[in-house]
Amino acid sequence: MAEKVLMKGNEAIAEAAIEAGCRHYFGYPITPQTEVAAYMSKRMPKIGGTFLQAESEIAAINMVYGVASTGKRVMTSSSSPGISLKAEGLSYLAGADLPALVVNVQRGGPGLGGIQPSQSDYFQATKGGGHGDYRMIVLAPASVQEMADLTMKGFDLADKYRMTAMILADGTMGQMMEPVEIKKPENQDFDKSWAVTGTKGQRAHNIVNSLFLSPEVLEKTNFERYERYAMIEENEAMAERYMMDDAEICVVAFGIAARVAKNAIVEARKSGIKVGLIRPITLWPFPKKELARAAESCHSFLSVELSMGQMIEDIRLAIDCKRPVALCNRAGGIIPSPEEVYAKIAELAKNGGCDK
Amino acid sequence: MDFKRIILLSGHYGSGKTNIAVNLAFALKKTRERVTIADVDIVNPYFRTSDSRRELEESGIRLICSEFAGSNVDLPALPAEMYSVVDDPTQTALIDVGGDDRGALALGRIRDGILKENDYEMLFVINRFRPLTRNAELTAEIMREIEAAGGIRFTAIVNNSNLGPETTAQDVLDSDAYAREVCEMTGLPLKMTAVHESLYPQLKGKMENLFPLGLQKKIQ
Repeated sequence: MAEKVLMKGNEAIAEAAIEAGCRHYFGYPITPQTEVAAYMSKRMPKIGGTFLQAESEIAAINMVYGVASTGKRVMTSSSSPGISLKAEGLSYLAGADLPALVVNVQRGGPGLGGIQPSQSDYFQATKGGGHGDYRMIVLAPASVQEMADLTMKGFDLADKYRMTAMILADGTMGQMMEPVEIKKPENQDFDKSWAVTGTKGQRAHNIVNSLFLSPEVLEKTNFERYERYAMIEENEAMAERYMMDDAEICVVAFGIAARVAKNAIVEARKSGIKVGLIRPITLWPFPKKELARAAESCHSFLSVELSMGQMIEDIRLAIDCKRPVALCNRAGGIIPSPEEVYAKIAELAKNGGCDK
Repeated sequence: MDFKRIILLSGHYGSGKTNIAVNLAFALKKTRERVTIADVDIVNPYFRTSDSRRELEESGIRLICSEFAGSNVDLPALPAEMYSVVDDPTQTALIDVGGDDRGALALGRIRDGILKENDYEMLFVINRFRPLTRNAELTAEIMREIEAAGGIRFTAIVNNSNLGPETTAQDVLDSDAYAREVCEMTGLPLKMTAVHESLYPQLKGKMENLFPLGLQKKIQ
């Protein structure tokens, strides 16, 4: 086991990316993710990698497109407003079937918003953000250790399915410091025969492109891509179950909200309320099966979010609206307190599933 | 432990300098009448001395800090009051300098006054469990970058090696060799070793100049 170090979440992402073989990072500073870039600027020159502060977020994501075309592992990171700027590039990466890792350490929005933590880019991450039919694999860490582990996992999934993986963290995850062990990556060989690396006169040209002159061919690529997405939905959904075995109320929360929810659940259990947590680790694919299973035994659900209620829609879809789903939320950079979550759980316990 | 009139604290970001500055202010207030803590960090909008505003004010410690610290405004601004640290020599002043070379740049604004009065010490806070200061060589490299940016040389080292809540007394004892190596490499003395107050009883008597820390802020 490697010795533990005390890291900020943002640093853990950067170090894990380097350990996973990423040697190209392009970014533009924005609070609260700037430490990712700061860390890369110190480390990359020492290991023969490239750190480049681009002139804008849009430039950075297009540099990512360039490196991704060659089959090399590449990353960019930003926070909410910066991710909006990258949205065009995300769509192009999807259209060209290129693997890349994109990090969003969310802050309050919309607009310039503020620098305090938020989860209000859930829709943007899981439903699109850029134009066209496409998906990204979206991973939601809830500790500094997971910031590192899911970064490595994100690179593997991106390579495996030739698509963008996104780390959807929040300002707290980026800034908080915890002991972390940077693990060794699993040795996996990924097919990169599609990469643009020079034919050396030995093979036909590889072409990386998102423009299709024939609508029939473009339609075909869309259908093929969605077959791949279906495979991911089937195989890659991840969630943590916490005190769910006898739960009658199911709290659903990710990232920092899940940590707060756990504290509230421990307190509610002391009062005899049978409540548990499902913490989605992948937001896309959403852990639908896990939630559908919970709908068989729980009388109500509670979505805890740092947004006006975005994930709550996916919860309702996952359980076919069979049970009421309540919302406990704060917005604008404010984190709900364990007491607020507890109060909402107690209310659901009293009403036995009839959300008022 | 003796301290000069002005005590500057800097280090790699996340080394724990703000926490030490706040704790040192409380310790100095016991023997000195007028204690001021000044936050010159223009880089990090989070984890600021102002997080401890209430406790500081209750103890009669004056806080000089950007009015935007802890707000949504990510503005690298210093209040005009900052000059009083140099202009009024009747107070003891702790100056919390920002992390790394970028953070130390703001120090240039008050550097000349500090050097002219020449009653200061500048402490370099180190933590061997931080990823970019894991050995003496890397640590000394960051120290030189801060000195070049701030224009004031460090006068002593503060060992704050810790792994957060997972720190053991043995971790602290083991870090002593690293701290001594940094001292040897930089030619600076070891001023003190800072430890969380829960570890203080186990380490008392085993290390010299041990300084207990109460944590200022905790995240769930």
